[in-house]
Formats: sequence, C-alpha cells, structure tokens
Amino acid sequence: MMIASHRIRTAPRPHRGGDQALRRHEVQPRQKGAKPMFLRAISFVFACVIALHTAPGESVAQDGPLRIEITEGVIEPLPFALPAFLPENAAATQLAADISNVIAADLEGTGLFRQIPAQAHIGSVTSFDAPIAYADWKAINAQALITGAVSVDGSGRATVKFRLYDVFSGRELGEGLRLGGATNSWRRLAHKVADQVYSRITGEGGYFDSRVVFVAESGPKNAREKRLAVMDYDGANVQYLTDSSSIVLAPRFSPTGDRVLYTSYATGQPEIYVMRVGNVRQQALTDGEGAMTFAPRFGPDGETVVYSRTTGGNTDIFAKRIGGAPVQLTNTPSIETAPSYSPDGKQIVFESDRSGTQQLYIMSAAGGEARRISFGPGRYGTPVWSPRGDLIAFTKQNQGRFHIGVMRTDGSEERLLTASFLDEGPTWAPNGRVIMFTRESAGAGGQPALYTVDVSGRNLRRLPTPSAASDPAWSPLLP
Amino acid sequence: MAHAVVTAALLIGAIGLSACTNANRFGSGSDPYGAGASGAVTPGSASDPTSPAYFQAAVGDRVLFPVDQSSLTAAAQSTLDGQAAWMASNTAYNATIEGHADEQGTREYNLALGARRANAVQEYLISRGVAGTRLKTVSYGKERPIEICSEEACYAQNRRAVTVLQAGLGS
Repeated sequence: MMIASHRIRTAPRPHRGGDQALRRHEVQPRQKGAKPMFLRAISFVFACVIALHTAPGESVAQDGPLRIEITEGVIEPLPFALPAFLPENAAATQLAADISNVIAADLEGTGLFRQIPAQAHIGSVTSFDAPIAYADWKAINAQALITGAVSVDGSGRATVKFRLYDVFSGRELGEGLRLGGATNSWRRLAHKVADQVYSRITGEGGYFDSRVVFVAESGPKNAREKRLAVMDYDGANVQYLTDSSSIVLAPRFSPTGDRVLYTSYATGQPEIYVMRVGNVRQQALTDGEGAMTFAPRFGPDGETVVYSRTTGGNTDIFAKRIGGAPVQLTNTPSIETAPSYSPDGKQIVFESDRSGTQQLYIMSAAGGEARRISFGPGRYGTPVWSPRGDLIAFTKQNQGRFHIGVMRTDGSEERLLTASFLDEGPTWAPNGRVIMFTRESAGAGGQPALYTVDVSGRNLRRLPTPSAASDPAWSPLLP
Repeated sequence: MAHAVVTAALLIGAIGLSACTNANRFGSGSDPYGAGASGAVTPGSASDPTSPAYFQAAVGDRVLFPVDQSSLTAAAQSTLDGQAAWMASNTAYNATIEGHADEQGTREYNLALGARRANAVQEYLISRGVAGTRLKTVSYGKERPIEICSEEACYAQNRRAVTVLQAGLGS
C-alpha cells in the first residue's frame, strides 16, 4: 500500500506573514536570528505542557508562536479548528468527511490538542486555495487551523491536500502537502496528515500512521483462546494472522514493520516463529534447538533476533541471525529473559533474577558483564528500550500492584506512569512519546485490554478492540 | 500421614499389577476402555491402579509451589515419591511435566518460572529412579490457570507442576 506525498508549491497568500516565514520553517527551521514559530529543540522529558500564549478572551500577542512546548508543568490542550475537508468532486464527499474525522480524532487522542467544534466556527473555508481570514479563527481562539481538500479519480485513487496555519501569527506553518493513495487506504492518508500536523506543532515525529500487532483473546480464563492480530494504531482495520489452534504470545514487529516475531505452542512447547505480515507466511526460527524458546525481539538490523532459551529449567539469553546459529549471551543459573536492543544495536537491556528478584540489567549486545540499573523496591521486568534511546520502559510489581514505568538507561529518574491490578508489557510508539501496554482486570471474569499512556503519565486511554487483547507491539511509522 | 497414603497407594498398585494379565492393553493409548474389562476393577478407571485416572486421583498428578519458588516442599516430595513408584511399576507410560505459574507475574518471567518448576519435578523423579528418557517438560507460565479467581486460594492451586502421562512405547 503506497502513499505518495508531494509538497504543494503554490501556497495561498496569507493575510500576514508571508512566503519567507513558510520557507523558513520548511528549509531552515533552526536558523539563528529567525524567530522559530515552534520549538524543534524540545528535549525529551517527562511532562507535556502546551505553552499557550493566550487564554480565551485575552488580547492576543500578535507575533506569538504556535507551539507545544514539551516540558514539565500543567497541560492545556491546544485548540485547533479543522473545517471539514472540501470534497473536490462528488466521489470524494464521504471520504472528505471521514478523513477529517480521523485527523481530528488522531490529534485529540494525544491529549495535546482540542478540536473547536464546527458549530463554534465563525468563518468557513470555501476553497482550498482561498486566502485565510485569520480574524475569524482568532475570534474563536483557534491556535491552529487545518484546511484540506479531497478528490477521488476514476481509478479509485484518493488525493488529500492540506495546509496548516498558525492563526495568531497569521502564517502558514510548513508547506501544504498533497498525499495520494488507494481509496481503501484512506485512513492512512488521514493519519499521514495528522502526523504532519502533530510533527510541525510539537517538533517531534508523529505516530498515527502505524500499526499494532497483538494477541486477540477469547474464552474463559482457564481455556483462553489466543490469536495473533494486527490493527491500525487506533484499533481500526483488525486482521487476524493466526487461528486459535495454538497458544500464541508476545508478537514483535521488525524494524521495517513487514515481519512479526512471536512465540507459539504449535509443536507443543513454546518456540519462536517469524511471520511475514503481508502474506502470513511463517518460518520457525529456533527449530532444531530442541528447547523451549520465547521472548524474541528484532535487533535494529532486522536480521538479528535476541530471545530466551530454556534448557534444564534454566533460562538464558541467546541471539541469532535468522537462519544462523544461536549465540549464547548470558550463562547463569538464574532466569534471564525479556531482552530488548538499544536503537543502535550495541546494547541489550533484559531482566534477571540473579539478585534474588527480577531486576533490570544492561549488557553489550555481544554478552558479557551486565550492570544492574533498577534498584527501587519491588520487581522489574519486561524492559523495552525507547526508540530515542534515552529511556527504558518496564513493568514493575510492588506491594501487590503492577505499574508501567520509565527510567533513564542508567536507572535514574524512575517514574511510574500507571498503577493497577495487572499492567504489563510496555511497547513504545514510534516517536517515543506514548506507551501501549496490557491491563488485565482481576477476578474470575478478568480480561486483558490494551491501553495507552503518554510518557508523561497523562492521557491514559483504552484502545477499542473487538475482543479482549494483550501483548501489544507498536510498529515503526509506516513509509 | 502423607507417607501412609503413599504406602497404601503402592500396595494397591502392587495388587493391581498382579491382577493385570494384559499389561499392553493401553499400549496404543487410544482405547483405554476397550479391552479386558473383568473382575471388580474397571480397567482405566480410578479404581484400576495401573490407570492414568488412578495416577491422577490416588497418587496425585500435581505438586504445588510457594510464591515465586521452584523448590519442592515436603508434601510435594511425598507426592513425587508416589509418582516415581507408580512409574517404576507402569513402564508403559512416559510423562510430560507441565510447569505453571499464577497470574501475579509478567508473562516471560512466568514462562521461565514454570520451566524451573517442571524441571525441579523432573530432576526429583529422576533421582527416584525414573529414566530421564521417559520424562519431558513444558512450561505454560500463566497461560493455563486451573482456578480462575484472583485470590491466594486460586493462586496456590495454579502454582503447580502437573505430571501428565502418555501411553509410551511400552518396555
């Protein structure tokens, strides 16, 4: 499914600002002396703030920048207006409405943005290329304005155009973009637009055009049926990759999102498989090792897999290239499992109970000495290195509660983001801002579900899934 | 007390064996009730000391573990002594030892913990004379609880290793 994107060269003439400002943001966003409209150099930290330069009803600073500054403090979602995208032909009418809704849902779902409802709009956008009447949008305190148009050609190909405006600066923010793809990939087109908006305002990469592989669960707790499934990041377009004839566990995407590693009991014992998502063809990864294998993850090269293997009741960490020979990385009588590579592939974070309880350790990707990084009360497991490389997400058990948390790679600045009867198995959004995990409810009727939480600990949300669901793994941003 | 039960079980086992004229009747493993039903003992039922049903009910097919432990309690060792004796007498059976954990743990760790538990049982049975070639292990982690409440009463039953018999090749 290819999605093409093109810059729209002919920008409409804004009432204020001008081409120079637009160009500055596209080409030289960090130029010294130029006042940035938003801060790109946002450090990856622990809370989100939308630094608004105005509150409703206040007079407006004429040149205040549109920005979401990510720092510590109070959060106030940034209000945006998204007049329904204009259908440029009759075939695009429904699609234009649907795409507009998905873009708005993406942005609002972050907790960083708030849509101003259409009923509150004073102005309207009647043509994609018409000049913007900024005053109409300022009056309703829209900080950002997103306009767009959709067309569908005779061969069923959809084209979406959009522009993003910084209302209070009276400027376009970045260049207009035109995106094209098959009509049935319209949600991806919408996600791509939302990613652009998010990225331009926060200065960070987006994550909406991504998928999640997970385990769909059904049946009672003592006879659970599990199937591998994949869906869009927002729960749309669920596809099942396996039937429920074997227990399947903990799928993980390859760095390019085209393959999935997972553990299956197909042979009667847990063993690792790699599946091509496109054609659902699978291949055993550890057959011939004659042992129980599980907890696989790809290295950043997409060819190396690190995993756990159990022989004689003892679990250690191994790595192998697909089709290659296993290399043993740990060799202790304790449990070593849940390995995860650093983004540069040079290190591995994993859990071990060598100290007596589960704790987190980091070692070289070649094995050898490991240093412990978790020292708080309780147990720590399922560490996952963030895509930015600076944080480790983990599951923590303490005093009968489970938490999803993050810490720096040296173990400092531990922060717990969630607390419940059973939270486990964090996975990072491609931009490292959001963590998805499994939350299971207690009791005989207990069910797992997928949740997301911002790395700040805010914006806890449950994902809509057709059935109970567990073990999510986020794909990279799709191409 | 536990020892007395085991002794009784072994005695019954011995009687059962001596009464058994067709030791291979479970050989296929597919038709345990099909052949040789006679006398007071219904072959294949829990009253037949050579049956898996008997192993399950009278010998005890499972041992339980404390939280996050794979060491065998005295009660567990006693049960396993009975299992070893039964397997010594019923050489047509092999066994897969399934290790399990309760839900209070992460998925991967529980898989490894279940493997430890299964292995502890396997090693103990071998130490009591069962041939290692007759035993396999598998871990289900927290995937297959037998009790479904989220309380210690259920967790205690779920932290288990179960010896599941298979009609083997005979001997």
